Amino acid sequence: MIELVSESRCIKCDVCIRVCPTNVFEHGEDRLPVIKRQDDCQTCFMCEAWCPTDALFVAPQATPVAANSIYRNEDELIKRDLLGSYRREIGWGKGRREQPEVDTRQTLMVSPLGLENRREAAPEQVQYNVGFSVAYSDEGEEADEPLTPSGPESEERAA
Amino acid sequence: MTKAKNITASRPQLASESDGVSARADVLVIGGGPAGCWAAITAAHNGASVVLVDKGYCGTSGATASAGTGVWYVEPDADARETAIQSREALGGWLVDRRWMHRVLDKTYEQMNRLAEWGYPFPLDSDGKQVRKGVQGPEYMRRMRKQVVRSKVRILDQSPALELLRGKDGEVAGARGVRRQEGDGWTVHAGAVVVASGGCAFLSGGLGCDVLTGDGSLMAAEAGAEFSGMEFSNAYAISPTFATVTKTAFYRFATFYTDDGLLEGAGAQRGRSVIAKALLNGPVYAQLDQAPPTIEGPLRDAQPNFFLPFDREGINPFTQRFPVTLRLEGTVRGTGGLRLTDDRCATTVPGLFAAGDAATRELICGGFTGGGSHNSAWALSSGSWAGEGAAAYAIAKRGARGTGASTGEPIGIAGLNPSGGVDRELTAELVTKAVQDEVHPYDKNYFRTEGALQESLTNLDSLWRRVESGLRGGDGYPPYGEASAAAMLRAREAAAMVAHARWMYNAANERTETRGMHKRADHPQLDPAQQQRRFVGGLAQVWNGLDPERPFSALELAT
Repeated sequence: MIELVSESRCIKCDVCIRVCPTNVFEHGEDRLPVIKRQDDCQTCFMCEAWCPTDALFVAPQATPVAANSIYRNEDELIKRDLLGSYRREIGWGKGRREQPEVDTRQTLMVSPLGLENRREAAPEQVQYNVGFSVAYSDEGEEADEPLTPSGPESEERAA
Repeated sequence: MTKAKNITASRPQLASESDGVSARADVLVIGGGPAGCWAAITAAHNGASVVLVDKGYCGTSGATASAGTGVWYVEPDADARETAIQSREALGGWLVDRRWMHRVLDKTYEQMNRLAEWGYPFPLDSDGKQVRKGVQGPEYMRRMRKQVVRSKVRILDQSPALELLRGKDGEVAGARGVRRQEGDGWTVHAGAVVVASGGCAFLSGGLGCDVLTGDGSLMAAEAGAEFSGMEFSNAYAISPTFATVTKTAFYRFATFYTDDGLLEGAGAQRGRSVIAKALLNGPVYAQLDQAPPTIEGPLRDAQPNFFLPFDREGINPFTQRFPVTLRLEGTVRGTGGLRLTDDRCATTVPGLFAAGDAATRELICGGFTGGGSHNSAWALSSGSWAGEGAAAYAIAKRGARGTGASTGEPIGIAGLNPSGGVDRELTAELVTKAVQDEVHPYDKNYFRTEGALQESLTNLDSLWRRVESGLRGGDGYPPYGEASAAAMLRAREAAAMVAHARWMYNAANERTETRGMHKRADHPQLDPAQQQRRFVGGLAQVWNGLDPERPFSALELAT
């Protein structure tokens, strides 16, 4: 859930108030955004991604953290390099790489388990494609239980 | 269509009213996820003036924006397309329609190429060629919003739709809702409405899914719309127990454990039901210990959000065990939705079109999909067609006033205008909890039986009667203030979830077999005699019946 609005970093641009899908923020004193309806936060990280100054922090938990949690401590978050870390990962923000334009060819050196038997191509190509297809695959590509057609229909199908 | 000069209609103006704002437009699109964006853009490029409303913010709202997704993008090569289609037929329980699958493959190819023309930074393969079979959610939806704005669409953010307007001939004539940050109302008079409000995930805490409560389905049902495939509505995704991120695909590298050790037979694909059964008895843990270390790079590049909770918690999912759960994603990743009656995504109600998860995805997925791929292809294809269909319908109705906007009356009841007076004891929270108690449990919804379904239906029918007769949030329309607007929405969402659950379980009770994701513990086999789609609808009385037409699958092609 959203746990922190950094007063020192916030430029009062209102982006978080506008973009939150569940309308969690509201103007507080001096037009600073405040976390008004934390219970409505769906932990989707969108406010953090859209904040132009890395002033927001969303804890991974779907319930509020304790008051003394590091997730509510700006200095700790900065020290651990967590404030703004999602934006860095997706490449948003000045000077950061433009994601998802990332060439992952170099990062894959071996075929992952269970996927070696796909059709042959240049090894480099196979490795790249495997990584890519896992990353973007349809979740649960196969049904939970394999379906085997039975009855007259399957015979027709086979014929 | 990419050139702005093709946009002939101007951006609809908002007029100030005593209770909020109003607008007249040819087309109103409800929902600003991928389906709604493609619908709005396509309607505008077909000459319509368009308003798009989103409960949250077009660009961040919905299941796609916060995730990453594959796209069913297949080169127009006959063999490749045939393979792509065949791979889904058995999986979907032979309820797909081959003609629609071809159409979706064509449209997806066309629109993803258009996205590339718009400058979307697709990754490059080893030949330096763009790989267009996936998109990163935040980037994709940020760019889609930009295109919507460029297409002279009027966007109303933070403006949930609550009810449709209906004209004197029963046609849909727009909608109205609340502006939850202004605390007042909005009304859009339109010649056609596209429902692209997503599926229903019953507030189960899946990534980005808590805005998906099936509101559009309830609104459509009040206008008389029908549904198809609602029994295919029990998609459950794997997620760390402490977090919201649902990315089941990565768990193909996982080994699963209980407190007693290895959980035999468990898996992300085959074997998810083993996990569900184990979760009924205690915690289940996962560790991605089957992944070679070198897989991490591309996984991170494509889906940084998967790693976010682990990085923040200091957990290495490859070397450490972490607790997992299964989160219900209902008809978001299930395939059921509004029944379509033509190639441009018209519904059974004049002037009402449906797209994305709100529309039935059975046509290309039958009774099964996970996330990603086909879902995103369906969103952009059905969105494009619905936008085209709605534009043509509304423009044909244009009169002297310059838009196809009709006049109509609001028709919302449950959660808005209780028929028996306001029951102060009945709150949206109570109703939500009651419906979740029927749809979340694995032993009711994942593994279905006649006894449990009928017991749930009895509870849900009685809950519906109370909702219909007594539930209202806030003080009624128009809202006075933000708190009242929020309360109205909550009540309406609760009502929509109850309606959704009743359609789901009615259809599930009638389908006495196991097919696609619909698992009947008391009928574990597929029954070839039931290879037919099932329609369902109604509010006071839920009815259901079989599609008289048999699915158009490989069998017919061969003959």
